[in-house]
Amino acid sequence: MSEFLQHLVNMLVLGGTYALLGIGLTLIFGIMNVVNFTHGVLYTFGAYIMFIVVQQFGLNFFLALPVAVLAGWLLGAAIELTLLRPLRGSDIDTTMLVMIGAWIAMQSGTLWIWGGVAKSVSTPFPDAPLVLGPVSVSWLRLFVLAAAALLIVVTYLLINKTSLGRAMRATFQDHDTASLMGVNVDMIYTSTFAIGSSLAAAAGALLGPVYVIFPQMGDLAAVKAFAIVILGGLGNITGAVIGGFILALAEELGAGYVSSGYRDAMGFVIIIAVLIFKPTGLFARAERVG
Amino acid sequence: MKVAITILAVAALASVPLWLRDPYLLNALITTGIFVIGAMSLNLLLGFTGQLSLGHIAFFGIGAYVSALTSLGFDFGLPGGFRVVHEPWPPILGLVFAILAAGLCGYFVGLLSFRVRGAYFVIVTISFAEVVRLVALNWVELTQGPLALTNIPSIALPLPGFGELTLRTKMQNYYFVLVVALIAYLLIARLVRSHFGRAMRGLMENETLAVSVGIDVTKTLTIAAVISAAIAGAAGSLYAHYIRIIDPEVFAFINTVTMVIMVISGGKGSLAGPVVGGLIFGLLPVALRPVMAPEAQWIAYGGVLMAILFVLPRGIVPSPAQRLSRRRSGAKALALTETGIEERA
Repeated sequence: MSEFLQHLVNMLVLGGTYALLGIGLTLIFGIMNVVNFTHGVLYTFGAYIMFIVVQQFGLNFFLALPVAVLAGWLLGAAIELTLLRPLRGSDIDTTMLVMIGAWIAMQSGTLWIWGGVAKSVSTPFPDAPLVLGPVSVSWLRLFVLAAAALLIVVTYLLINKTSLGRAMRATFQDHDTASLMGVNVDMIYTSTFAIGSSLAAAAGALLGPVYVIFPQMGDLAAVKAFAIVILGGLGNITGAVIGGFILALAEELGAGYVSSGYRDAMGFVIIIAVLIFKPTGLFARAERVG
Repeated sequence: MKVAITILAVAALASVPLWLRDPYLLNALITTGIFVIGAMSLNLLLGFTGQLSLGHIAFFGIGAYVSALTSLGFDFGLPGGFRVVHEPWPPILGLVFAILAAGLCGYFVGLLSFRVRGAYFVIVTISFAEVVRLVALNWVELTQGPLALTNIPSIALPLPGFGELTLRTKMQNYYFVLVVALIAYLLIARLVRSHFGRAMRGLMENETLAVSVGIDVTKTLTIAAVISAAIAGAAGSLYAHYIRIIDPEVFAFINTVTMVIMVISGGKGSLAGPVVGGLIFGLLPVALRPVMAPEAQWIAYGGVLMAILFVLPRGIVPSPAQRLSRRRSGAKALALTETGIEERA
C-alpha cells in the first residue's frame, strides 16, 4: 500500500510537467494543425537555459525559470516566423517534415555546443526529502509540482479570460471566420507557437534539474506530449492536463508493477490504444467528432 | 526512352565495383543501396497511397531481427515453464522469413492504423516502431537487448549443381543488393501500373470519390502496407547479414527519417525518386565527412531537408501526376478548392 501511495505522489510531480508539455503541444496542434516535432527540442532547450543560467552564470535558481520561459517564447516565435509562416497553406506532411528537419538540426546543434555528456543543475533545496508517513518526496519535486500548477493556471486564464485567448479559441474553431471578424490570424499563429514553445521550455527547465540534461532528452518528451494530446483530444486544454496525469500514472504503475524497462513504452501503448478505440480522445465533446 | 534510361542506369550501377576499388566507398554504396530498397518500399505507401508512415523502420528492423535469429538460432522461456528452442537455419531462409514476418506485421499494423488518417496515422506508426524498439531492447533472452546479436552469418546463395556461394566480399554483396533492389523496383513498377495501382492513386487523390466508385479503401491500403512492409523486411534482412551485428538502435527514429528524406527529396510517387534521393542522401554523409564534424553533418542534414522542402517541394524527380498537374495549373486550382471544401465539411 505504501508503495502504491509513493507511486501516486511521484505521479503528481511527473504529471504536472507532462501537463505543461501537453498543453503546449495541444495548442499548436489544435490551432495550427502543425505536427510539431520541435516540441522536444524546446523542452531540451529550456533545460539547457536552466543549466547556463544556474551553472555557467551562477545566477539564482528561481530566476532561471522565467528566463527559460522567455527564451522558449522567443525561440518558438523565431521558428514560427522563419519556417512555418512561409509554408502557410502547404499540406500537413510538408510542414511536418520541415519541423523534423528543424528538430534534427537543432538537436545536433545542442550536441555540438554542449557535447553529449549529461549535465546536472545544483538546486537550493535541501537534500533530505520531506517525509509524510509512508511516502517521501524531495523538496525540489514539490517545487516542480507547484511551479507547473502555477503555469497551468496562468495558461488557462490566458486562454479563457483574455482577448488574445478568445482570438485563439476563435481561430481554433474556424480560422477563416475568425479572420473575417478582424482577428489577425498570422499573429495568433505566432503567439500560439510561442506560448506552446515556452510551456515546453518550462517543462524542460523544471524536469532538467530533477534528472540530468542531455541533447536527446527531448525526444521521448515529444512523443509523450503527443500521447497526452491524443489522450486529451486535439486542442483541449483540460484534456491535456488530465492526459498528463493519466500518462504519469500509467508510467509509474508500469514501471512499478510490470518492468522499469517498459516505463517509456506506456505512452506509446496509450497512443495506439486510444487511436484505435477512441480516436477523438477520451474527453472529446460530441461536436469535435469528424 | 524511359526504358533506355533505366537500362543505362542499371548498367552504370552494375559497373561500379569494376572501377571503384575503395572499400569505404563501396561499403557506403552497399548500405545506401539497402536503405534505397527501404525507401522504395516507403514510397509505395507515401507516394502512391498518400499515407505518411513514420514507423517504417519497424518493418526493416523486424526483418533484420527475424533473419538474424533464424540463422543464429534462439532459446527462450515462456510463462509456464515452456521453452522455445530453434536451431540455426541457413541465412537464405532468414531472408524468406524476414519477408513473411514483416509482411504479416504490415498486415496487422495496417488493419489497426488505417482507421485514422493524417497526423494521427503518423503518430500511431511512430508509436508502433517505438514499442517494437523497446521490446527489442528489453526482451534480452531473445534479442540480447543492448548487447546486440553478433556473428550473424553472411547470406549463402544455393546454386544448383555448384553448391553454395557465400557472400563474403563487398563486391558480391554489392551485386546481391543491386539485384534485390532491381527486383523490388520492378515489382513496385508493375504494381503501380496495374489496376491495383490505379485504385491506390485514386484514393490518394480523393478518398470519398474512390469509395463512391467502389474501391475498397481499407483493403487497398492494407495490401499496399503488406507489400511495402515485406520489401522493407527484405532490406532489413540484407542489412543484418551484411553488417552482421544488430542492436535495438536499428529501430531509431532517425532511420525512418532517413528513408522519408530519400523519398521526399527524390520525389514521392515517382519510381526513380527514392533511388535518386537515396543515392544523394546516402552518400551525403560520405561527402561531408572530410569537411565537417559529425554533429555539423547532422545540422547540414536537417538544413538540406528543410531547403529541399522549400525549394523543391515536389522532389528532384517529380512524379508524372505532379508534372501533369503543373501543366494544368488551372485545373489544379479548381481541384484544390474542391478538396478544401470537402475537408471543411
